[in-house]
Amino acid sequence: MMDRTLLAVAVATPLLVGAGFVMPSWAVFLVSAAMAKALVVLGLLVLLRTGLIPFGQALFFALGAYAAGMALEALHATDAFLALAIGTLLSVVVAAALGALLARYRDIFFAMLSMAFSMILYGLLVKTASLGGTDGFNLPSPTYLGYAPHRGAAETALYVLSAVLLGLAMALVHLYLASPRGRLAEAIRDNEIRVEYLGASVRGAICVKFVIAGALAGVGGILSALSVGHIDPGMAYWTSSGEFVFVTLLAGAGSVFAPFVGSLVFETVRSFAVQYSPQTWQMTLGTVLLLVIVFLPGGLWSLAARLRRARA
Amino acid sequence: MLLASVIAVDGLIYASWLFIVALGLTLVFGVMNILNVAHGSFYAIGAYTAATLVGVYFAADRPAAPAFLLLFLAAVAAGIPLGALIERGLLRFMYGRDPVILVLVTYSVFLVFEDLILLVWGTDPYFASQPSTALGQTDLGVLSFSTYDLSLILVAAVTGGVLWYALARTRTGRILRAVIHDREMSAAMGVNVGRMFTITFIVGAVLGAFGGALTAPIISVAPGIGVEIIVLAFAVVVIGGLGSIPGALVGALLVGLSRAAAVHLLPQVELFTIYGVMTLVLLARPYGLFARAQARRI
Repeated sequence: MMDRTLLAVAVATPLLVGAGFVMPSWAVFLVSAAMAKALVVLGLLVLLRTGLIPFGQALFFALGAYAAGMALEALHATDAFLALAIGTLLSVVVAAALGALLARYRDIFFAMLSMAFSMILYGLLVKTASLGGTDGFNLPSPTYLGYAPHRGAAETALYVLSAVLLGLAMALVHLYLASPRGRLAEAIRDNEIRVEYLGASVRGAICVKFVIAGALAGVGGILSALSVGHIDPGMAYWTSSGEFVFVTLLAGAGSVFAPFVGSLVFETVRSFAVQYSPQTWQMTLGTVLLLVIVFLPGGLWSLAARLRRARA
Repeated sequence: MLLASVIAVDGLIYASWLFIVALGLTLVFGVMNILNVAHGSFYAIGAYTAATLVGVYFAADRPAAPAFLLLFLAAVAAGIPLGALIERGLLRFMYGRDPVILVLVTYSVFLVFEDLILLVWGTDPYFASQPSTALGQTDLGVLSFSTYDLSLILVAAVTGGVLWYALARTRTGRILRAVIHDREMSAAMGVNVGRMFTITFIVGAVLGAFGGALTAPIISVAPGIGVEIIVLAFAVVVIGGLGSIPGALVGALLVGLSRAAAVHLLPQVELFTIYGVMTLVLLARPYGLFARAQARRI
């Protein structure tokens, strides 16, 4: 008997995919960007449940994208699945190494140290001329196991891939968080020392969650880079991480759907704010974040939960 | 030998600048337990205010000497209203919440100010180099340095000294130290903790604006200077131990000298020496160099 969330994911994913064929082009692009972001935020959700907020997820976002881009160039390939495989693998390896280190820290120091690593990558990328320095480099239009879509269909193809990956990620993360290992997250957030006394390894658990978050961020980075067609070091800058954390708190940690909802709201607000009032879009974002923190500490998803309770 | 001297002086200059910029941040954290991302906004607004004042002052043909007073005035004029507004108007209602939430509150304030700066001062860069050029160059042996840069060392020393004296010898300073040690107990002893917080935040804002005002003559004051400074200030503060002023000093020195060494010896790593130093320090001392011992609650 599948639980409600899995059922919802199983229903929502085909709907999302289908929507890609009927939505106008600008909407497809917007939702694609939101989905890539949602993947990163999904990883952050796992860490948020553990009581940790890293300020350096941009590291994996950029790492995945750069690894994929470099691999594609080196192999003279354009396959999206190859890019995903290589980029995600590198993200996982780096996340495992860094996670083992970061698992010793908490709170502000966890956040700052992860930010330091992402800024180190930024510094490296900016100074490496062969990777284009601050300009970055372009990515070729992706192919999918031999299928090379022409201009109009390329966006839709990437959209479908992103939607399927997002649905898969949501289902897997939900299953993980419902498992005993995943439940440790909230236990660690509440009282680490008791978890240790109960026989579980806190550092091991945190490391695993960090790897999950890193992998998801890497996938998000690759999809985002393929969607825009360009990679630059700005993907690793701390303001990029700040955006992810922003969306995580906007969305709340209530459900695996929350990251997608939060990302969608964020991307929509930002697109319209930039279009209609380019001088004040940051102010708008800042004000929205402030309002959410003050009035909706559980994030946007807690609204849904509140409505459900009110109806019951 | 010559290279070592150049690195030492350059490092000292950069360290002084970092110290002034990071001082307000570590003070606010030490007293209020808030890592203030809006510190970058104080810095930027201090720089813009200083640039504007200096521009207005030198529009007519006036002597250069009083211009330095303008920098200090700019910092005070920018810092006091901003600090009071943010603390009394917003942060006051957020105390007691999760520290990371407070960081995000200050982050949203920072975002708002980024656009406010654009609205008030526009996107074009401002130049206020007159105070810097007026001082000319100083020769230390065969090396020549900008006198303004060297004076930063003096200013940093004086600022640090004044702050130390205020904290160690004045009554308000001692009360502030009590609040740092134990907020609840101080309140129980009759200290108006709310007022202490306001004073501290305003002082932190003035110090941040002062850092910006001092920097205005040597950079082009353009949008985005706040963003760059935040990570630098954070790194210095984290290295030294959050809330520790001697820590900020040592952290600034470490970073300043490392960066100067990198610039002269290995320029490719210059951009991230600061983060490399932070990583190394945190590896050895997870809470920073001079962090206070904290009790573990079970």
